Amino acid sequence: MKYIVCIKQVPDTMDVKVDPETKRIVREGVPSIMNPYDYYAVEETLRLKERFGGTTVAISMGPPQAEAVLKEAISLGIDEAYLLSDRAFAGSDTLATSYTLSQAIKKIGDFSIILCGREAMDGSTGQVGPELAEHLEIPIITYVSKIVNIADNQLECVRLLEDHYESLKSPLPVVITVVKEINEPRLPSLKGMLKAKKTAIPVLTKNDIGGNDTQYGQDGSPTKVVEIWRPEIKKEGKVISGEPDELAEAIYQELKKLGAA
Amino acid sequence: MEIKVNKEKCTGCKICVDVCPVGAIEIDSDGKAFITEKCTLCRLCVKECPVGAIEIIGEEKKKADIDLSQYKGIWFFAEQKNGKLSHVAYELLGISLKLAETLKEEVCGVIFTSNGKEMAQELFNRGADKAYLVEEGNLDEFRQDIYVCLMTELIKKYKPNIVLASATMIGRSFIPQTAARIKTGLTADCTDLAIDPETKLLQQIRPTYGGNLMAKIICESHRPQMATIRPKAVEEAKVIGNREGTIIKEDFASFNAVCRVDLISKEAVEQTIDLQEAEIIISGGRGLGDGKNFEMIRKFASLIGGAVGASRAAVDSGWIPYPHQVGQTGKTVKPKIYIACGISGAIQHLAGMSTSDYIIAINKDPDAPIFKVANLGIVGDIFEVIPKLIQKLESSKQ
Repeated sequence: MKYIVCIKQVPDTMDVKVDPETKRIVREGVPSIMNPYDYYAVEETLRLKERFGGTTVAISMGPPQAEAVLKEAISLGIDEAYLLSDRAFAGSDTLATSYTLSQAIKKIGDFSIILCGREAMDGSTGQVGPELAEHLEIPIITYVSKIVNIADNQLECVRLLEDHYESLKSPLPVVITVVKEINEPRLPSLKGMLKAKKTAIPVLTKNDIGGNDTQYGQDGSPTKVVEIWRPEIKKEGKVISGEPDELAEAIYQELKKLGAA
Repeated sequence: MEIKVNKEKCTGCKICVDVCPVGAIEIDSDGKAFITEKCTLCRLCVKECPVGAIEIIGEEKKKADIDLSQYKGIWFFAEQKNGKLSHVAYELLGISLKLAETLKEEVCGVIFTSNGKEMAQELFNRGADKAYLVEEGNLDEFRQDIYVCLMTELIKKYKPNIVLASATMIGRSFIPQTAARIKTGLTADCTDLAIDPETKLLQQIRPTYGGNLMAKIICESHRPQMATIRPKAVEEAKVIGNREGTIIKEDFASFNAVCRVDLISKEAVEQTIDLQEAEIIISGGRGLGDGKNFEMIRKFASLIGGAVGASRAAVDSGWIPYPHQVGQTGKTVKPKIYIACGISGAIQHLAGMSTSDYIIAINKDPDAPIFKVANLGIVGDIFEVIPKLIQKLESSKQ
């Protein structure tokens, strides 16, 4: 069995600070991190190996700096990692990104389960997993919250939809996207960190993974961002302070006005 | 295409360094900006540079491989739950009708169900022109492979110009695979759509970078133009009256749809809460300090008929299960009244609730960002204010 986990490096948007004078986002010192959802995918990959045996591989597409998240995956216990990096990949939308990942996965080959986080924290599209499955022509199960078993070349798992859980069975190979309910990610071990330090991450370029030139990067991306702007934050309402009783009364009166009390 | 800094024009003001959402611009030893490999070609810097020193090089308008004029009509996937149309279907119809005003093309619902005649009529009564209907006993159940197959084949056969679906878990699961099979573009989680009056292209507007930025996205040379729309982001279409429409019925057997994944069983999420349907939501956050303090929130909520929500911090601390989470990575809600208790208002949370009709926020910290979106901000201790408020509500009930 080979398990391949797809991870992404994202700017740490949770830590965005806005300069109070210029209203601009302060970029300096904002670190790039592994997409928070991907930790659950990495953890589940490690657990698959622990439960069912096999090898684990992490891949990431991004600039050379994205090597950092692959090293982190190694420090957590992932066996091998590959960075997909090429100027030809720049400007990829989800269709081109998923195509690029699928080409690399085919190149790595012999895979049983491909794991992704439910979405990335920066773009938040959640599209790459299902699109990847299509390029690989294998089934996809989204929002997986539990892996029950792997037996007879079938994966049995539970997925979470809006108001119910579904138990599903899929033939291998399969792509799954995982939600954070699935596990509690571990921390890197000292041994893992030392290994990550020593491990060189191989880079795969467009030439390495082959495929159709027109499906990469900007050319392979049907969608195009034409404008990007900062949303205006809604007008400020009234903010009051005072004694707890006055404050409770203010809310009570407001709820009454709104017909809720 | 590439984005480059014209060093002769660059004044080294560093505005671009600050605006770049991915931190791809740095200053070189001459004090001029340069763009690193982190660049995702988003062009925000091009717009913000005060001296026009950042240039786009080699951008070509893409030529379409297909005859775009063949593609007509605005389609939306009318999602149903247990054989009844979901409110998100009406939202999609609402935005489709708005697009049709400029585009002058017919608005069509796509329904996969066991019995869809009444659903189709409901869509007609709210303004739809046509319904594509595929009926089969098991279709009320979401099956990824089946839904992708039906949608793809319908699109290939009828060639719609635009295909919309809701960004529900179902929409976000099968629509991307459908788009990939057709090899067209798809924009996720739009909060608004418009038609460019000149080019007639669909302008897809969505928050990105954790809600810090808004992006306008187009799909020039591929069809259909596809997008998922965030639930509660647009207005539902209202009933206009008893109207006639055309039902196009497609025979399920003709699709030869095969599902590779088997459904073994289904189980309802315990204590089903449909936050997205609730008119009043009371949410608790980190300020509660402990899971047991959610009892106070529940009591408050029960007194005014509200549902209980939570911030990511509260869910991550294990105080309340994930289905209660409101925000970028939880649910997007738009109730009539949203009351945030002990929630600071990280962008991640605001992205999921800031369009609520009326927002009340209670927080100790007067600088909490939640107050920026609140209609009524209460600077106070939730453990002092809410018990007093509960007393008032209880005594008013007697």
